[in-house]
Amino acid sequence: MSTGIRIEGLTKRYGEGDTAVDALKGVDMYVAPGEVVGLIGPSGSGKSTLLKCLGAVIEPTSGRMILGDDVIYDDGWKITDLRALRRDKIGFVFQAPYLIPFLDVTDNVALLPMLAGVANSDARQRAVELLGALDIAHRAKGMPSQISGGEQQRVSIARALVNRPPVILADEPTAPLDSARALTVIRILHEMAHRYETAIIVVTHDEKIIPTFKRIYHIRDGKTHEEAGEGRALNEAEQG
Amino acid sequence: MISLAGRDIRHEWGKYVFTGIGLGLLIGVTLTMAGVYRGMVDDGKALLDNSGAELWVVQKETLGPYAEPSSLNDDAYRSILAVQGVAQAANVTYLTMQVRSAERDVRAMVVGIASGEAGTPGWPPYLVAGRQITRSHYEAVADVASGFALGDRVRIRRNFYTVVGLTRRMVSSGGDPMVFIPLKDAQEAQFLKDNDAVLQSRRRTSENPAFNRAGVPGLLDAVITSQSRNPYVNAVLVRLRPGYASDDVAESIERWQRLTVYTRPEMEGILIGKLIATSAKQIGMFLVILAIVSAAIVAFIIYTMTLGKIREIAVLKLIGTRNRTIASMIMQQALGLGLIGFAVGKIAASFWAPFFPKYVLLIPGDTIAGFFAVVVICMLASLIAIRAALRVDPADAIGG
Repeated sequence: MSTGIRIEGLTKRYGEGDTAVDALKGVDMYVAPGEVVGLIGPSGSGKSTLLKCLGAVIEPTSGRMILGDDVIYDDGWKITDLRALRRDKIGFVFQAPYLIPFLDVTDNVALLPMLAGVANSDARQRAVELLGALDIAHRAKGMPSQISGGEQQRVSIARALVNRPPVILADEPTAPLDSARALTVIRILHEMAHRYETAIIVVTHDEKIIPTFKRIYHIRDGKTHEEAGEGRALNEAEQG
Repeated sequence: MISLAGRDIRHEWGKYVFTGIGLGLLIGVTLTMAGVYRGMVDDGKALLDNSGAELWVVQKETLGPYAEPSSLNDDAYRSILAVQGVAQAANVTYLTMQVRSAERDVRAMVVGIASGEAGTPGWPPYLVAGRQITRSHYEAVADVASGFALGDRVRIRRNFYTVVGLTRRMVSSGGDPMVFIPLKDAQEAQFLKDNDAVLQSRRRTSENPAFNRAGVPGLLDAVITSQSRNPYVNAVLVRLRPGYASDDVAESIERWQRLTVYTRPEMEGILIGKLIATSAKQIGMFLVILAIVSAAIVAFIIYTMTLGKIREIAVLKLIGTRNRTIASMIMQQALGLGLIGFAVGKIAASFWAPFFPKYVLLIPGDTIAGFFAVVVICMLASLIAIRAALRVDPADAIGG
């Protein structure tokens, strides 16, 4: 049984001496499998730093991170193959979809399992199934430039899910979308979290989607504060 | 695993192919420059091959007759014939000049060949039309590159010659077509002045008291006669009897005739090592510059293409793509560009080589060397872009 993602006393310091800046000052966080939590906070509060630590692209200064069943960081000790960790254990959904423009929709999704050594045909099969689950199977052969922004974001969600990671980090995934599409994307994230037992952390400023989270982490001055969200049903949110 | 480079190329094939064509034209110029050099070497070898000689006897301590002026008496061949191992010896003259036909001037090497028959050293070894020279005067055999046709009347100095035969690949080391005429005519052409100059020369001689002595009848006529004929040739071409080593015979001639003798390898060394050495260096410099320019173009294009994909590369790295996969993608693109360029360059060089005024020889060896040079250049050129790609931080894909 996966344990989602757990963070204990995570700190991150940039620089040294007088110029040192503590971006994270002991962050505690837990997201269960199948849960979608919001991470909100003002600019400069440490959201991006926390996301980069969670995404294993920068190394924390201290603390502990457990991803799925694996300790990936523990007070200076870290897992050695961060590339494989990001590929197999973490899914990313960005503010913009950042699809690879020279790969078609299917291969944009199938690329991750291919990178993990899955045979091309199996990887594509997995991608097509996921695209079907996200209602964009009809766009499977299209190029990213030929599909709408909302569809591109669904493809990026499919890419994040395709290796069945225990956690997905979504960085402002609804920022470029209008309200209807933003809520659609959030509903998809909730459905996917539920279906694939994935813990999803959504960094957002979007007032429309914040009420959909049952739990929210506020981050301010490098520290997180947990609070209960409205957990409004998505169809309710969609109706305004 | 799918080919990321192949997909990217296919996605932007227009830009890629047109860039490849541009690069290809540059590679075509590079291959052509190499072909020009090969053509010069081949012209030099053809000159030696077609002379039919195994030894070149020239004026002592000169590099004649192709690289330096050489002059020896036209009866020297008789004593050379007497040297053991010599089968044939024939006088020859070479004079590069303008040959006129109707209103057209052609730069040609006029070769004076001794009387004899086909196969005599110095004679064109084969004809593509017409016949060899059979008369003692005023007939010519010309290389087809001169543009002359059978029956054309060409003017060399004061005399007109009828083109009776055409030959092929008979060119000087400079690529000028050869025009063969009888030896006596060629000696005259080398020396003969116009009538006014002859009159002035005779007047000057007759007014010289050393030559015009009242008490020595016939002296003035003898001096004027000696002044008005040319008893010199540029070289004697020698063919050996079977079983004689060229070095041994050359040594005998040098010892007994006090002349300089070159064997085939020595003459080839003079032609290629000295006569066209400067041109070869010039072409070599061009090749180096063109290689650098090609590398710079590939590097610039690949670097620009890579910079245009920095965000995608950051995403690729973030989602777990290995550095070597990204490096391989960039290098494959550079190699793809090089391959398109090479194919276009090879086709272009083959297409335009025949239109060059001088012989351009595109040999398979140069093509293969060029191919590997393009591969190496592209690989090196891609290193800058690879370095830029590998420095991309996967964190750049995450906002903030």
